[in-house]
Amino acid sequence: MKRNSRFIISTLAFGYAFLYIPLLSVVVYSFNDSRLATVWGGFSTRWYGELLKNEQIVNSLMLSLKIAITVATLSTLFGTMAGMALARFGRFRGRNLFVAMVMSPMVMPEVITGLSLLLLFVSLQQLTGWPSHRGFSTITIAHTTFALAYVAVIVQSRLSAMNESLEEAAMDLGGHPFRVMIDITLPLIVPAMVAGWLLAFTLSLDDLVIASFVSGPGGSTLPMFIFSKVKLGVTPDINALATLIMLFVTVGVLIAWTIGRRMQKTASQ
Amino acid sequence: MTDEPDKPAFIEVRDLSKHFDDFAAVDSVNLKIEKGELFSILGGSGCGKTTLLRMLAGFESPTSGRIYLDGSDITEQPPYERPVNMMFQSYAIFPHMTVERNVGYGLRKDRLPRDEIDSRVQDILKLVQLESFAKRKPEQLSGGQKQRVALARALVKNPKVLLLDEPLAALDKKLREYTQFELMNIQDRLGITFIVVTHDQEEAMILSSRIAVMQKGRFEQIGRPKEVYEFPKNRFVADFIGTINTFEGVVQDARDGRVIVASDESGSSLYALSDDPPATGSNVCVAVRPEKIYISQGRPDNTEDSCLPGVIEDLGYFGNISLYRIRLETGKIVQVSAQNRQRTIDRALEWDDEIFISWRPRSAVLLTT
Amino acid sequence: MTEQTDIRPRQSWQRVTVAVPYLWLFIFFLAPFAIILKISVADPVLAQPPFTPSFGESGDLQITADNFAFLLTDKLYAITYLRSVVMAFMATVLCLALGFPIAYGITRASATTRNVLLLLVVLPFWISFLLRVYAWMGLLNTHGVINNFLLWLGVIDQPISMMYTDFAIYVGLVYSYLPFMILPLYATLERMDLDLVDAAQDLGATSTKAFWDITWPLARPGVIAGCLLVFIPATGEYVIPYLLGGPESLLIGRVLFDEFFVNRDWPLASAVAVVLLFLVVVPIVLLQRNLARDAEQAT
Repeated sequence: MKRNSRFIISTLAFGYAFLYIPLLSVVVYSFNDSRLATVWGGFSTRWYGELLKNEQIVNSLMLSLKIAITVATLSTLFGTMAGMALARFGRFRGRNLFVAMVMSPMVMPEVITGLSLLLLFVSLQQLTGWPSHRGFSTITIAHTTFALAYVAVIVQSRLSAMNESLEEAAMDLGGHPFRVMIDITLPLIVPAMVAGWLLAFTLSLDDLVIASFVSGPGGSTLPMFIFSKVKLGVTPDINALATLIMLFVTVGVLIAWTIGRRMQKTASQ
Repeated sequence: MTDEPDKPAFIEVRDLSKHFDDFAAVDSVNLKIEKGELFSILGGSGCGKTTLLRMLAGFESPTSGRIYLDGSDITEQPPYERPVNMMFQSYAIFPHMTVERNVGYGLRKDRLPRDEIDSRVQDILKLVQLESFAKRKPEQLSGGQKQRVALARALVKNPKVLLLDEPLAALDKKLREYTQFELMNIQDRLGITFIVVTHDQEEAMILSSRIAVMQKGRFEQIGRPKEVYEFPKNRFVADFIGTINTFEGVVQDARDGRVIVASDESGSSLYALSDDPPATGSNVCVAVRPEKIYISQGRPDNTEDSCLPGVIEDLGYFGNISLYRIRLETGKIVQVSAQNRQRTIDRALEWDDEIFISWRPRSAVLLTT
Repeated sequence: MTEQTDIRPRQSWQRVTVAVPYLWLFIFFLAPFAIILKISVADPVLAQPPFTPSFGESGDLQITADNFAFLLTDKLYAITYLRSVVMAFMATVLCLALGFPIAYGITRASATTRNVLLLLVVLPFWISFLLRVYAWMGLLNTHGVINNFLLWLGVIDQPISMMYTDFAIYVGLVYSYLPFMILPLYATLERMDLDLVDAAQDLGATSTKAFWDITWPLARPGVIAGCLLVFIPATGEYVIPYLLGGPESLLIGRVLFDEFFVNRDWPLASAVAVVLLFLVVVPIVLLQRNLARDAEQAT
């Protein structure tokens, strides 16, 4: 009989309230007519209008989106390779180092990763002249490096859970290992790859610290822009921006969730 | 171990070994299988039978030894080049393909023309009685249907050998019985050599033309089911297949092929027949199957037979047979089974009845190992 | 289960599949650490780049341990490192205290409720980290939502100063890292056979005893994973202390950032990073061992 005690239920309630009340308050105050962000001055949508007129926001959003899409695609490619290598290629030479390198970026404090990459770019510039200025490419490289770790873990765990006999059966029937990968393995990990892509996209879009280290004067990403504004305190247009982002993310997550559930039902064997 | 004349067999395994670190999963085994046989490799878990099967399929490379198929050495060949197909224990049906596409996969890899693939797939689905399921997805199939898809998929390429890994393990009793006969029929019809790996000795006995009993990476005995059952070569085989009663004893005398054994376990002397009896004074085990033993209320007249007095300790009625556990004067328990030939409501024998058990000398097996 | 398929030696495409991510990570993740180390033993100069090269004009080794000596002797740094570790640790404990009952509660819910609850835990994780911290700024402010609410209730008559305190940092840390604690805990608890707890209670154990004797030991891999997933990144946190903390709660992430961007002392910043790396390497290795052991047990 699975019943939750009162203690558990009240903790659950408190926990979820804790998670969502801050978000809800931002949403509510985004409709606040007053310039004083926390004093209610009546309902208004004017801050949303101001958002669209703000060129800086639009530019940084565009830059962030461009980076995020590139990062997501690159890290899904590399991360899937890494996940496959970890799950299927047995004990190859240098595997332990490989595992460490794949897993560590996920937990490494961002200031360390950011600093290390910036120093790398500076050194590279000294040696080869590239990168001559930091911006889109350096941020993309930096984000891809830690995002591919997440994709690798997702793909690896999906592959480990998959019946290995499927690939053996395909080989037994005449499929060369490469063809088996295309015919059997890849189709079955597509959901994991999609999840990885979305995760990498979000991580890139959201990153502040690493982007701050490896970017240049050429333009800031959306988080960098937001940070520069909120350093000064709570502002109403940021409330509106936040609400829009939350809405977008929520819809995206709900769609991904329902698709994922439906795919799980058909693909699980 | 084998009693085949020295002509090249269809499948030949020579001194095949597989070592994992310091552990020998398969230890220098030799095997000759003829074309068209339904051959079973029988053994408990960990005996090495699955490793052996995987080496035959090409998924494990042997540490040493060779494998020959129809005259050619296939030891180095990868699984996708061998004319060998396998039916996996988990069926391994591709979840993202329909039954048709699953079965046709191997043919597509061979780049056969489309209509040939379609007709061959149709034919094989008819053979396994799944024609109407061609467009279904695996998740819509029952366990038994999945198994038939796996079988069809492995057969459609007309392999020289079909390997089956515990084919009946996941099926319930009724389905298992039905499938056993289906497998034998299909094999007979197509004439393909089957090699079955199983831990279920009943399955091996029913299906096979020959059985290899395997333990700890080695073959204990290879022979036809009747040979393995009635003429086990050692205690392991005798005990592994069916039930057997064993009496440890010492050879007293052996004349004209008739051996007399004295045993503390039985109390009185036991008799057996042997053309090449062990030396007088040596330790030996007299083994006799439950169905070879008679129960009588009085001491039987025949002095040729081994005869021991006892008490019925326990009995179980199974409808077609009855099983008895007899306690001898020495305390040893002997298992006896008897067909219920009489149709009567009365029980002939009851608990605690004093009876005699007896068996013919030729019913006993002498085991020295 | 038999061994891994041990077929033919690596085909060329398999080699490529390993080599590409391997190279990428080696160049962009591992090699940079060597560079940090190299710069941490240099001197700062007013030049571009602002540090001395490791080899002088005559080719001799020009390295110095000054930066490390400075770090290890200056009390300010020692205290900052300590404070960072302690705060990360406390935040981890708080996440565990709140996260464990939540994860446990989710596993015991019915199937449909469970999915909704999981979704609700994961959703904030996808929403911008920065924005979530920002949300707390609005709440904790002197004129913020919480103070307004409490004043309106009449519980207090002066607004409580919550911003720019250690308390605010803890709130921010727990809020941001809570999903990282809940998810691994849930994954482990979900695999656990809940009948074990019922069996224990049937044999006479009280709820609390059943918990400590049965649930806790089995949940340990998930607890370890969750704690390390929170602790390790939290030690180097920059954004949360910056936005929510006060000047007296200086943490090492901020120190590193400021040394680098404000003081332009790259060698010192590198040295700070190296020491932080050392502090963090041991937990990372622990985490990887734990994950590997957990993966083995799950199969």
